Amino acid sequence: MAAEGFPSGWAHYLTGGVVIGVGVSLAFVTAGLITGMSTVFSSTWSWVSRLDYFQRERMVASRGWRAVLALGLVGGAALYTVGVGDGSALATSVTPWQLAVGGVLIGFGARMSDGCTSGHGICGLASFRLPSLLAVLTFLATAMLSARLVLALGGA
Amino acid sequence: MDAKTLGIALVTGVLFGFGLAMATMVQPEVVLSFLRWEDFGLMLVLGGAAGVTALAYQLGPRLMRAPVTGGVFDRHRSGLNRETLGGAAIFGVGWGICGVCPGPAIAGLGAGNVALLLAVAGIFAGAYLHGWVASRGS
Repeated sequence: MAAEGFPSGWAHYLTGGVVIGVGVSLAFVTAGLITGMSTVFSSTWSWVSRLDYFQRERMVASRGWRAVLALGLVGGAALYTVGVGDGSALATSVTPWQLAVGGVLIGFGARMSDGCTSGHGICGLASFRLPSLLAVLTFLATAMLSARLVLALGGA
Repeated sequence: MDAKTLGIALVTGVLFGFGLAMATMVQPEVVLSFLRWEDFGLMLVLGGAAGVTALAYQLGPRLMRAPVTGGVFDRHRSGLNRETLGGAAIFGVGWGICGVCPGPAIAGLGAGNVALLLAVAGIFAGAYLHGWVASRGS
């Protein structure tokens, strides 16, 4: 594999992706669940907010397993860090304003689109859905633009 | 919500988080280096995950009447409309600014990257804002 496109190697990327795919497949085959990751950020609000959108049946009915899915995500990453990695905590050079501002746009946009990198990128593409393919191409394009713009403006 | 569904969600979450950490997607720097065309690894992660999932999504409903523990196979429902594409465009701008998306933001906490709590809080705030706007429209 050409080092220029993959300066950090490629095997861990593909293996990690396959492990994610096995997890997503398992939820579907055993329980019929579509496990995109952005919905938990809406369904969790249904416990504390009376807003119509959060009280929809789809949110209330799935909030329990979505919250557990999110806890599993934390546990799985911790398991890798301690069991396979060197156990040291990661840190990031991305600035606090980038994380906060980026986070708000991600939350609003992903919920408006009803999908994110996993909802459209993994679940939507695997469903052979045209709207998801177009959503993926759209967010890849705008993300590549904003990532360069942020660099030009002095961000990490 | 029955215990079986919760157990399945837990195992799926653990595999998902393990895979994200293995693929270094919990490091915003790696995602940003993809978006700046310096390291194309993210395409392998997405391709590997979507490829395996496509097998399950396509074959499952053809080979089985219902999921193993009962119930029905859910479907991805997004339509081709302004919300799907406009939301994706906004999501992408945010993704390019911080280098994390919903899955890695949560999983990154498990890898000890506590700074990502800021991103998680931001995503919750953005999702609330969306819910508020969507509730006004209904």
